[in-house]
Amino acid sequence: MNQNKYKTDVIIIGAGPVGLFAVFELGLLDMKTHLVDILDKPGGQCAELYPEKPIYDIPAYPIISGQELTDRLMEQITPFEPTFHLQQMAEKLEKLENGNWQLTTDDKIVIEAPVIVIAAGGGSFVPKKPRIANLEDYEGTSVFYAVKKREDFRGKNILIAGGGDSALDWALNLQPLANSLALVHRRHEYRAAPDSVHKMRALVAEGKMKDYVGDIKELHGSNGQLEAVTLQKRGEESYMLACDTVLAFYGLTMKLGPLANFGLNLHENLIPVDTEKFETSEQGIFAIGDINTYPGKLKLILSGFHESALMAQQAFRYVYPDKKLRFQYTTSSTALQTKLGVKEESKGNLNEN
Amino acid sequence: MSQTNPSNTMHIIVTDQNGTEHTLDALEGWRVMEIIKDYGLPIKAECGGSCCCATCHIYVSEEWQEKLFAPRDDEIDMLDEAPDLEDNSRLSCQLIMSETLDGLRVTLSESAAP
Repeated sequence: MNQNKYKTDVIIIGAGPVGLFAVFELGLLDMKTHLVDILDKPGGQCAELYPEKPIYDIPAYPIISGQELTDRLMEQITPFEPTFHLQQMAEKLEKLENGNWQLTTDDKIVIEAPVIVIAAGGGSFVPKKPRIANLEDYEGTSVFYAVKKREDFRGKNILIAGGGDSALDWALNLQPLANSLALVHRRHEYRAAPDSVHKMRALVAEGKMKDYVGDIKELHGSNGQLEAVTLQKRGEESYMLACDTVLAFYGLTMKLGPLANFGLNLHENLIPVDTEKFETSEQGIFAIGDINTYPGKLKLILSGFHESALMAQQAFRYVYPDKKLRFQYTTSSTALQTKLGVKEESKGNLNEN
Repeated sequence: MSQTNPSNTMHIIVTDQNGTEHTLDALEGWRVMEIIKDYGLPIKAECGGSCCCATCHIYVSEEWQEKLFAPRDDEIDMLDEAPDLEDNSRLSCQLIMSETLDGLRVTLSESAAP
């Protein structure tokens, strides 16, 4: 069997706050979960867009940051040992002959389960791209939005675009192995960590790095191999700079991506669901959190939490068709407390199913 | 297409990415982004108004620029991520509606389109 092949109870697409809490609700009902997320860490928008910004409408937390909320949820779901498949996109969903669903990621991981939960928020985070006419001709050969293998950049003449932490972290990281390295940013001020800015300025002063103020206007080269770029500072003359590699870090934005092809009767890029089970038009596929739509929908994290709990009730019926589902409270059920690891497992437990 | 507007309410005038002008009723204290979104015009506003994404990027008409509060550092930082930046670029989530801004004219950027 392929080592990239897995079988589980529920596959959750999206490891944002709602996907994470779904692990909890499903776990209480004995369902094992695998999560797939494009980011390199759990937390979704909370961790990527606003890790430090305060959120004020999480019940019982008058104030909590996006990162802290993520950390708390990760702590809360630890007993259920979810499996994370990060930095990959849910690409293809197929119905198998045995009635299960099979999900394939763009990293060629294949997961089979009777239940799919789409908790993908606004879609996948993808890099923001600069507005340059022939950009596509160079993407993947000379223009990149991420560093997968550092060694690939050895000996290159690199131009890094952007003014945030990604731009400066990689500038500092790649400078020792590059043949030459330059930065281009639209203004003199960088918004990266002060320590990184300080290190960068020191390297520039030593002549080991160059920094340009402006934007990339044109790319020059042939057959995908970049030879030079045109740079321009606003209101000033443009000029050429020789380089063979561009790394662009302009932040991330959300795109629905392959989910659009899952056959779920999308309505304005949202997935219609019922409000009893939060199930889509396909039996066994649920949608919770910002990605779903129904009359009265509010895009709040707390709505997604509620949707998780109701979804789990119906998911149980698909995962355990022969078992009877009994609703229990974590405050009083010894069985649930044992699952959460807060109670020693006791023999002959009356509350056990 | 211009919508009719009762004279006793505030309004803003928004030109969308196709060049169509819309006159929108505006409420005191609302973010300009929220007003535009509420009317269903093409604005992504991905982070919901917390100055974290630059997908509510608009251009402010020249005659209105001096009436706006200057952008804070975090707005200037975030504008770095707008690919179609101009001198009159602002993030509409950082513009709060008040009487001073009654009649404000803005244009939606290409990069704000969902």
